[in-house]
Amino acid sequence: MRYAETGFNLEVDLTRGNIEKVATDPRDTALYLGGLGTNAKILWDRVGPEVTPFSPENLLIFSAGLLCGTPATGCNRTILSTISPQTELMAFSMMGGFWAPELKYAGYDKVVLRGKSEKLVYLWIHNDTVEIRDASHLAGKGSVETAEMIRQELKQPKAQVAAIGLAGENRVYYASVEQGRSSASRGGIGAVMGDKRVKAIAVRGTKDINLAKPEEFITLCNDVLAYIKHREDNPIKGVMTILQGLGSPQEMKVHDEKWHTENFMWGNSRTRRKGFWNEEIEKAWTDTLEGSRTRLISCFNCPMKCGATISMPGVPTYMMKCFTKLTYTMAAYSDLDFGLRIAQKATEYGLDGFSTPQVMAFALELLEAGILKPDDFPGLPESNEDRFFYLLDMIVNREGIGDVLAKGTYWAAKEIGNGAEEYAHNTIKKHEQLPLKLSMLNPIYFLMYSVGEKINITQIEGQFPQAPFPKREHREKFCEDWIQVPHEKFKQYFIDWELRGENSIPYYPTVEMTCDIVEWQEMMHYIDDALGQCAGLSSFPLKPPYHIHNYPKFISAGAGIDMDEETLSDAAKRYRTLVRAVNIRRGMRREDDRPPENHWKKRFPELEEKLLDGYYQLKGWNKEGIPAKEALEKMGLGYVAEDFIQRGILTEDETADVQTETQTQ
Amino acid sequence: MAGKTKEKKIVKTIKIDVDKCNGCRACEVICSAFHASPKYSSNNPARSRIRIIREPLRDIYVPVYAGEYTMAECAGRDKYTIDGKEYDECSFCRASCPSREEFKEPDSGLPLKCDMCEGEDEPLCVKWCLVDALTLEEREEEVEEQEEMEDLELGLESLADKFGIQTMMDTLARMSKDDKSK
Repeated sequence: MRYAETGFNLEVDLTRGNIEKVATDPRDTALYLGGLGTNAKILWDRVGPEVTPFSPENLLIFSAGLLCGTPATGCNRTILSTISPQTELMAFSMMGGFWAPELKYAGYDKVVLRGKSEKLVYLWIHNDTVEIRDASHLAGKGSVETAEMIRQELKQPKAQVAAIGLAGENRVYYASVEQGRSSASRGGIGAVMGDKRVKAIAVRGTKDINLAKPEEFITLCNDVLAYIKHREDNPIKGVMTILQGLGSPQEMKVHDEKWHTENFMWGNSRTRRKGFWNEEIEKAWTDTLEGSRTRLISCFNCPMKCGATISMPGVPTYMMKCFTKLTYTMAAYSDLDFGLRIAQKATEYGLDGFSTPQVMAFALELLEAGILKPDDFPGLPESNEDRFFYLLDMIVNREGIGDVLAKGTYWAAKEIGNGAEEYAHNTIKKHEQLPLKLSMLNPIYFLMYSVGEKINITQIEGQFPQAPFPKREHREKFCEDWIQVPHEKFKQYFIDWELRGENSIPYYPTVEMTCDIVEWQEMMHYIDDALGQCAGLSSFPLKPPYHIHNYPKFISAGAGIDMDEETLSDAAKRYRTLVRAVNIRRGMRREDDRPPENHWKKRFPELEEKLLDGYYQLKGWNKEGIPAKEALEKMGLGYVAEDFIQRGILTEDETADVQTETQTQ
Repeated sequence: MAGKTKEKKIVKTIKIDVDKCNGCRACEVICSAFHASPKYSSNNPARSRIRIIREPLRDIYVPVYAGEYTMAECAGRDKYTIDGKEYDECSFCRASCPSREEFKEPDSGLPLKCDMCEGEDEPLCVKWCLVDALTLEEREEEVEEQEEMEDLELGLESLADKFGIQTMMDTLARMSKDDKSK
């Protein structure tokens, strides 16, 4: 019997309309865990570098995490993997909600889509019955609307539906997949789904998920619940409000938006509005949120309330989570009321809340600069807010200039030319990032931004405080119950970290310390993404209930795989490297490992190179950021090394030369 | 079945505060895990003795735990309007009845009933509901003592209703004979 996982994937060939239930190899689970890990393995094995995002050979994988469907609190994420149209690299966006556990209860760990359907279809998975159904009547429907319509026509109110909106159907490069109160937004996964002509996947399951050591597993769950209670009663002092507790940033709960509105950039990542937040705005925004938020809501089996139902007069009800609350508002220099209204439309269209507002602000900037002409915007409304609604429709319908803008700032700027590229200034690996411009380079963040292959800073940071606390005694106090550290040395790193003087940024934490910190934070996120655990109870907040010391026990007791801290760290490293390998094979190199040009005012080119060198060295990668043969073989990825050598990406006798060079210097 | 006598007894009820429910369904997960055999060895919300009626877009979140099995469905089903939202009476019913799939074992169709997690300090759905939508209330009451039906008895009774007691006894006799011959 397989524990925690079902041991079966659904393989759907959309071109031929063929559906197969395929047993998976438990040895792959031991090596790559599940979720992101086994997704990466499938993409490596089956999607070569010649496969373009919109070719039938590209796969789109919907995967439940290894522990989804077990009683592990907050473990509910679906990990979607494919080749992204925007970055042309591996995309692995995640969504919470209710879909992944339902898939497990239906008896499957993954749904692997290949080929392309001729007409628009949806998939209906009901335990052992799986059908490809006509979706022509759903063409152009909103993602939330589609989910409701499918539930009604199937007479299955409990079915969970992941759907795309018009943006996905029209292959907008930053189209999302929406589900429950969640979405998989980054990397344009919705565009690939639309390209395959799949409008939705509905699933309903009523089967059991088994545990290897039941009593032990439930004890671990109870400990996690007790710790969540403890953290609720003991918020962390000295950090900003949204970082004090657990959960993914509690944006739906928080009214005080001083920090975000004054530190993040408005417009197309242009203006920092210091002193923006005042009493009048606070009152207006509080009233807006209070007046539209019906209820704080959760994902499957999680007590945190990170999302909200939003009902505004004259606007259909929808559900929102996290930072989309502010992205449209800030891009348009508007207010929260506008932000929540346009987000409803964007959710139905199925769009990434990070990229979309920036692309629209970018278009208006190009118009102002004379790079785009008034002719490009026929019938452009007067008011700023109306312009954003106008642009949203242009992009989603791919009308006129909207057709170009649908590719995101990087590709649109290239196509528009005439100096437009100067304006696409906030991308990493061709994808829009959080609009930040800070003063002094922070070595930890520099590295996380540069090497993060998830294309989103919030999905690699966490665990280690974002800044030093002003007083040593506060830092010492923080360390007293810091049980999550993998090694005691991290406490000392933090205690010695000062705001000013010798031990302050950018030269402290040192290169070595920075690499350690980044590796720890990254490892936790990668473990979460294989298990299907929400980062909000694990890798993202400070002092979370899940950490490197209890995770191995969860895996052993849940999945019945012998696991200790070392084997788990090795597994995370293995599939982290495999993600890198997929991207390296697609042409990614050191040059791509860099943050947006003007992300920090004060830069330190030499230090930045040392940070990259240090990180590569720690990983066993060569100076180009390519995992070296030795390191690959050591972690059981000899087949990657062979492939690299065959393709001339590595030479036969090549080692991780960073170390040698640093030593000789 | 035991005779009925008046006795003082601690009556346990689960108080439900729908305003606090966040719709996460942790109650369904732990309920089905607790009642698995061996205990916690599996979980499956479809086997849970509590369920959440969940319609996020209409802001309906109502946890309901399983009550008595009933062999017949209701004659009429009233509609209720609460806070401007319309509810079907049937939605909130605790009974396992022929017209619904709720509170039935998905494999056998046998009825399920909440037993307040007998043997535990409190029902586990209450323990796992960190948002306090479910709380345990205990009060002392004079009640007519009646022996609690066990799961098996409950199941058998529903089978007797369906097939008739004689058919069932014949079948049982045949089954035990088959068993002996193995």
